[in-house]
Amino acid sequence: MSLTRQDVEKVALLARLQLTDDELATMTDQLAQIVDYVDQLAEVDTDGVEPMAHAVEVANVFAADEVRPSLPREAALANGPRTNGRGYLVPAVLGD
Amino acid sequence: MSLADLTASELLDTLGRGEASAVEAAREYLALIEQRDGDIGSYLRVDAEGALAQAAEVDRKREAGEELGPLAGLPVAVKDVLCDSAGATTCASRMLEQFHPPYDATVVAKLKAADAVLLGRLNMDEFAMGGSTENSAFQVTRNPWDRGRTPGGSSGGSAACVAAGLAPLAVGTDTGGSIRQPAGLCGVVGLKPTYGRVSRYGLVAFASSLDQVGPMARTVRDAALLLEAIAGHDPHDATSLEEPVPQYAATLDKPLEGLRLGVVKEHYGAGLDGEVESAVRAAIAQYESLGAEVREISLPHSKYAVATYYVIAPSEASSNLARYDGVHYGYRTDQTKMVAELAAERKALSDAGDEAGLAQLDTALVRMYRKTRAEGFGPEVKRRIMLGTYALSAGYYDAYYLKALKVRRLIRQDFDAAFEQVDLIASPVTAAPAFKLGEMVDDPLAMYLVDLYTVSANLAGIPGISVPCGFNTAGLPIGLQLLAPPLKEARLLRGAHMYQQATDWHQRRPAFSATPSE
Repeated sequence: MSLTRQDVEKVALLARLQLTDDELATMTDQLAQIVDYVDQLAEVDTDGVEPMAHAVEVANVFAADEVRPSLPREAALANGPRTNGRGYLVPAVLGD
Repeated sequence: MSLADLTASELLDTLGRGEASAVEAAREYLALIEQRDGDIGSYLRVDAEGALAQAAEVDRKREAGEELGPLAGLPVAVKDVLCDSAGATTCASRMLEQFHPPYDATVVAKLKAADAVLLGRLNMDEFAMGGSTENSAFQVTRNPWDRGRTPGGSSGGSAACVAAGLAPLAVGTDTGGSIRQPAGLCGVVGLKPTYGRVSRYGLVAFASSLDQVGPMARTVRDAALLLEAIAGHDPHDATSLEEPVPQYAATLDKPLEGLRLGVVKEHYGAGLDGEVESAVRAAIAQYESLGAEVREISLPHSKYAVATYYVIAPSEASSNLARYDGVHYGYRTDQTKMVAELAAERKALSDAGDEAGLAQLDTALVRMYRKTRAEGFGPEVKRRIMLGTYALSAGYYDAYYLKALKVRRLIRQDFDAAFEQVDLIASPVTAAPAFKLGEMVDDPLAMYLVDLYTVSANLAGIPGISVPCGFNTAGLPIGLQLLAPPLKEARLLRGAHMYQQATDWHQRRPAFSATPSE
């Protein structure tokens, strides 16, 4: 199944990327090629095989429920592109 | 003999005997970096001041008879993907150009606690995605053996740095071969530990179920020394293993009696360079002459490893890199310009009476995300985010992501079965020696296929090492990969060391002119 430009536009929105027309064209070709390559996985018989999400399957790692100091607000905000010293500032979400 | 000619283990002994100071060693390396790195481009940033201060502190502690860490006074360089609160951590990305981590990665904290002298931060493919270091947003790194060729990647800066003698030890990371492949292409030693052996806390995530941090060095002994210092359980990383760290360096000289060495029949098909094949077969013959028994084994699903990897790794990457949203840290697009553009688009659509277009127009927040990410990420990172988003999207999840996870288990089962018959598996690291810079930048699929021999170890979570095993007629290094069962790093290191005791490939050095060429 080959990828269309419309598929790629939809994925770009899901991925929160803005692509130029040139990038869309190149990306459509390249992704189609890669997807065609990975399509060979379809030929592998995986009936009854459990998916393996992790190389070392550890489950339920618990930490003691203790109060510990967390990152001070100042340090947490220090790398923020726009802050007011109390929180991160973003473009208006409502009513614009 | 200069201090920079010594291996890390020799330098450690020299410092321990008081024959040289940590400051002298640091100065010597800093001078070499000054002299040679203009040509190589392995360091993104050199911290001369910090390194000299750390070295002076080690000398002071030694003088005062205080307890010293296991790497006391040894210069170490770190791939720019592990958080260090002392400065920036960029991942060679515009996105993180201004990012100053508020904490140290566990590996960095362990290096500091071990009294290592941190020389600086090494170049890499952006967010560790790539196999040539050409995806760095900041600079090209050149292979010290041929400046027109790639050092490999994504830990290309780490491999080139060690090969050029600009640090005795370097830290790299390996998600699909990113330590072993550049080590192979640059003629140095690189080890990817068992998944969970080394903490990933503070490692900027690419593919969380595959990423591992590991040592790069000139000799197996040095790699063992560095691994011992960075390995171990970490409560900050829930996937790190609660297993004691063996004394890798101390057990190194114990030869592997009755070693059963596996040779994978599927590894020697079309596409393998003739000179690489000869060098790897000669290395296997060397093991036989050292008393190993060579057995042919089969990894029937290995041909699907690259396809499996290029579903799983981008899927995890697309999810991990969602955090770069221009809000919490990192780059943000020029908001005033973005808002003006969006207003102009809205007006144009409205004037044209295009209701459908208006309904589809991004909100200001979504447009901020999209422009930030479009401007902050390079092409390969975008490609992988797109690929992963596609593989995880509704309608394709079962066919791609879930399917790949199932094939991943079959790949792991192949290894489990193989390791019932053999102790170690030997193979090429890459199908060919270092390629030319620029040769594959327009062909992502060809670049992905370079990972053929390395990705399986990440998918299965097993440890692997690359050691120099020869040179082709053009003088380019060739690497031998050894793989071991989970947590058998000690066996892996002993096996690799046994080979280095019998060969001198690792002692060759690339040529440098006495004066800087630029």
